[in-house]
Amino acid sequence: MSGQPAQTPAPYVSPGPQTTAFEVLERTTSAFSFYGVLARFVQWLERSGRTLVIALPFLWLGLFFLAPFLIVLKLSFSETVLAVPPYAPLVAWLEENGLSYLTVRLNLSNYLLLFEDSLYVRAFLNSLRISAVATFLTLCVALPLANAMSRAPERWRALLLMMVILPFWTSFLIRVYAWIGILKPEGILNAVLIGLGVISEPLTILNTDIAVYIGIVYSYLPFMVLPIYASFEKMDPSLIEAAVDLGSPPIKAFWTITVRIALPGIIAGCLLVFIPAAGEFVIPDLLGGSETLMIGRTLWLEFFNNRDWPLASAVAIVLLAALTVPIVLFQRHQARRGGTDGAS
Amino acid sequence: MKAGFTPATVLALTCGFAFLYLPILLLVAFSFNESRLVTVWGGFSLKWYGEMLRNRQLMDAAWVTVRIGLVSASLALVLGTLAGVTLARFTRFPGRTVFSGLVFAPLVMPEVITGLSLLLLFVSLDWARGFWTVAVAHTTFASAYVAVIVQSRLLTFDIILEEAAMDLGASPLKTFFVITLPVIAPALVSGWLLAFTLSLDDLVVASFTTGPGATTLPMRIYSQVRLGVTPEINAVSTVLIGFVTLGVITATLIQKRRFADGQKRKA
Repeated sequence: MSGQPAQTPAPYVSPGPQTTAFEVLERTTSAFSFYGVLARFVQWLERSGRTLVIALPFLWLGLFFLAPFLIVLKLSFSETVLAVPPYAPLVAWLEENGLSYLTVRLNLSNYLLLFEDSLYVRAFLNSLRISAVATFLTLCVALPLANAMSRAPERWRALLLMMVILPFWTSFLIRVYAWIGILKPEGILNAVLIGLGVISEPLTILNTDIAVYIGIVYSYLPFMVLPIYASFEKMDPSLIEAAVDLGSPPIKAFWTITVRIALPGIIAGCLLVFIPAAGEFVIPDLLGGSETLMIGRTLWLEFFNNRDWPLASAVAIVLLAALTVPIVLFQRHQARRGGTDGAS
Repeated sequence: MKAGFTPATVLALTCGFAFLYLPILLLVAFSFNESRLVTVWGGFSLKWYGEMLRNRQLMDAAWVTVRIGLVSASLALVLGTLAGVTLARFTRFPGRTVFSGLVFAPLVMPEVITGLSLLLLFVSLDWARGFWTVAVAHTTFASAYVAVIVQSRLLTFDIILEEAAMDLGASPLKTFFVITLPVIAPALVSGWLLAFTLSLDDLVVASFTTGPGATTLPMRIYSQVRLGVTPEINAVSTVLIGFVTLGVITATLIQKRRFADGQKRKA
């Protein structure tokens, strides 16, 4: 921690308006060359501090988040070959008659295949449908829960909030795995239902779309509850009271007032569930059946089983394009939230 | 209709939390089951924990995972704090829109896309895939979470304190270490813990970016889970759940104590 030596009491005696940590540091420690170097480093930090604070994460995210997308885009236009790595270069020098040409081979066949082969089209539409239905179901579970949490006595709320967050901290993979034991034909749910005499034959839930819905609702529930709870908590409960006093049935008051006020939270929650769920791999792979086509899983199979990197890249680009609208919405929402909070 | 429990809210809370916790509790319970079958209770036993400890592959993977988690959480803490400070304090600089986009996008980006794109980057940079490529990948998405936590803490914290320190002659760097850092310390603790658990938890991004000798615990669990439910995996899961629960409860208590201290000092 380079700022530490600067914390000597010396500057507090008469803090000149121009005193920098560097000057203090140098005054107190110039005898040691090690601190001299450190002091110069601190001085340099202070001069270029702001730029550095911005530049470091900017460069990191630029290199490891933005640049990779450009490579995916590039690769989605190249040809699959049997080599290491398994794709042909997009730009190459071609030597012919002693002259060399720069050639660019733009190959659209990956995209054509995606739109011609009904398998991929169905996988895309399926992903969007499953994700949308699951988001709606998550909302249906989250609304009453968030509402009840915000109505609980104040000293209970911190505990309830922690109880919603806790499953989110435990492994996603383990939580999905837990459902296999429950849903499989000889699993706990069927054993209980048969034991109670509700059904006589075990239900087939595992490896169907229903299991995928359950998995998504279960895994993403905290993402939906938290933003909705945050907007419920800010709401003045006397609004509902007034509506009910004026003769509105509580259910109607809930829909017209509570839900309306919580709308920003609901939108944020829906986006937080819909976007990652559309590209989900683990849930359809472990809970879904062989007919549960979801695009995240298709991408995974193309990449790991078929080793078709260019096609996997094209799938990623199309998925990204489909999710651009919700992602931009989400970012607007986040930026606006940051802006208003900062102003208040 | 004042704040309090009504039959309807109690019902909603009971059903909601039963849905959230029953699957986990069943998983934990069956890790102590003598029998290999999920639905048959064969008596209490710790034998699956023994099996787990004897499973070399599993233990090696756990060690790799912990090391990757430590490295990436620490890197993500530094980067995420810088990004959070930038978002909360520097309202005007060229490229701010792009910057906030880069910070928020990893939060919602489907993992398969993040994994694939990072792998292609590592291939084109010709980096040997293994421990460090997974650590860099985890740092990248975890720092976004840290940034959001730090940003929201900074937005609720009065900027006047920082301005006062600087008016009295403290440099921005000193102000950060003396004023800002102690205030946001709880956020940094939760940020680091979150980054660490995200890294422990990740299957998809690690599968894309890993190489020989760097198989992580989720990858091992996944390959065994595909073959079916085994009590041994239940045992591993129970240990992980236990650690995380302890960590979260400790972190919450620390934050609560700090909050209470602050209230006392104010009074």
